[in-house]
Amino acid sequence: MSAVTFDDVSRHFGAVRAVDAVSLSIAEGEFFAMLGPSGSGKTTCLRLIAGFERPSAGQIRLFGAPVQDQPPYRRPVNTVFQDYALFPHLNVRDNVAYGLMIAGQAKTDRHRDADAALEMVRLTGYGDRKPSALSGGQRQRVALARALVMKPRVLLLDEPLGALDLKLREQMQDELKSLQRQLGITFIFVTHDQSEALSMADRVAVFNAGQIAQTGTPEDIYFRPETAFVADFVGSSNILPARLVHRFTGRDCPAALRPEALRIVDTGPLLARVTAMSFLGTATRVVLDADSIRLTALLPKDAPRPHIGETVTLDWDASDLHLMAGA
Amino acid sequence: MRALSDTLWRRPRLTIALLLAPPLIWLGVVYLGALAALLVQSFFSIDHFTGQINRTFTLATYAELFRASNFDIILRTVVMAALVTLASAVIAFPIAYYAARYARGRWKALFYLGVMMPLWSSYLVKVYSWKLILAREGILTWGAAKLHLTWLLDGWLALPVVGGNSLSVSATGTFIVFVYVWLPYMILPVQAALERVPPSMLEASGDLGAKPFQTLRHVLLPLAMPGVVAGSIFTFSLTLGDYIIPGIIGSSRRFIGQAVYEQQGVAGNTPLAAAFAMVPILIMAAYLWAAKKKGAFDAL
Repeated sequence: MSAVTFDDVSRHFGAVRAVDAVSLSIAEGEFFAMLGPSGSGKTTCLRLIAGFERPSAGQIRLFGAPVQDQPPYRRPVNTVFQDYALFPHLNVRDNVAYGLMIAGQAKTDRHRDADAALEMVRLTGYGDRKPSALSGGQRQRVALARALVMKPRVLLLDEPLGALDLKLREQMQDELKSLQRQLGITFIFVTHDQSEALSMADRVAVFNAGQIAQTGTPEDIYFRPETAFVADFVGSSNILPARLVHRFTGRDCPAALRPEALRIVDTGPLLARVTAMSFLGTATRVVLDADSIRLTALLPKDAPRPHIGETVTLDWDASDLHLMAGA
Repeated sequence: MRALSDTLWRRPRLTIALLLAPPLIWLGVVYLGALAALLVQSFFSIDHFTGQINRTFTLATYAELFRASNFDIILRTVVMAALVTLASAVIAFPIAYYAARYARGRWKALFYLGVMMPLWSSYLVKVYSWKLILAREGILTWGAAKLHLTWLLDGWLALPVVGGNSLSVSATGTFIVFVYVWLPYMILPVQAALERVPPSMLEASGDLGAKPFQTLRHVLLPLAMPGVVAGSIFTFSLTLGDYIIPGIIGSSRRFIGQAVYEQQGVAGNTPLAAAFAMVPILIMAAYLWAAKKKGAFDAL
């Protein structure tokens, strides 16, 4: 059974269509990412699942049951907020035990459960501190423990790693992933960071202007983008316009070509001028201009490097050219 | 001029000292000095036969506060201040909540205007307007008659302590006017405190299963507490010290402010006036200490 189902769900704020007739289905136990630029509707979708927003139209179901008329406090989901939203007047243990306290659990029981949850996020011994005495990474773990202690069937994470520095972010990515595997519950997380979405999720929905541009596995999204928007947003794919694609394939549609698929060769189908280069350690990123089309190539570190201003010949494997459904 | 600014730039401590000196002198000498003089006066006593002030240390003046007629005044004032504070908090909270959470742009400006505007007009004008409103021939009596509620008004006025001949000469009238006059001082700090509560905090509470009333009790009220306490400092201490409102509107039963005024002026008993004046200060100190103990400032 699907954990979360959207049937033509819309959420309009006045004239703004934040979410516009979105349909999607998230399976139980899935690690699902909602990826998109800011204002694309991904966070509104998450808030619709949590119940902080009500749909203007359409139906939302959790485990088959319609929930659009249910307030947040009746839904079997819990949220990790972007700003963590820890209660500043409560210590860490009481923050984690808050939901259990509301549910009427006795003090000793809920403190025991809260301590167990804190252990799960590796914060044993922090129970007596105030949230203000914790670092950003620790606060995030408390927020995670506070949601998980409620044993939700779906955990919602709103840009959970956005406020952390790079090293902490990578560490938390691994931890979230293993937590999800260990608990076996559905994780839905919202992010604008494509590498985060691709590395963590089982499935990704790419949002654009209130609609889902593509849903698929990270491999689908990365190697087989269906629209130019997806190709552009997920990694810095080169987008070849239809007229150029027509020249090589005879098909009249745009195509995506990954930077690492471009090779500089002696004879090939496309001429381009090198306009910029940057050294990335494991590779060299070369920016090219082919007939006023900007292309990026990623050359392996042992490949010969061209000079800026030089005109080179480009080639690629036909299988790397991914035809798309239109702009 | 350039040399001066360069010197000040090079010596930031000197700049701070120069900036702070005038207010510190004012606070230290004029304000705290006056308080100290008051404290000293309260330990003197008056010779009831000659009317001379006896400048030797004694606790006799404080003992006089506990005489039934004086202690009544203190009790009445404290109960009134507590009730006014409670009522102000209850009325202010929804207004402040609306302003902090929902009012935007033009509505927010209207809110500030609505809350502040009563403060622009003279306090005496407002009190005398209330005297007319509350009078037996006033609009409240008229309104009660039109609504066939005269029995309710008369029944209330027939009660001991809170009643009287009309609202304008009853303790109820005093209470209403106190609440009206001090309400802005409660609304503004509560609104400031509520504005600092991020919406996600309330959503998180609901997300964890709390119904709106539980969120109010367990999250919103504790987080608004510093603001409520700040507002109550105003409403409570202003009521404790006021002598004009109970003089114009209310029964003949006196309040601390009036007692200070009479002892100091007509009776010439400065030590007793000083002792009376110390009461609100001590009550406020005890109140703030208790509020801190109770964790009212934990969310700061």
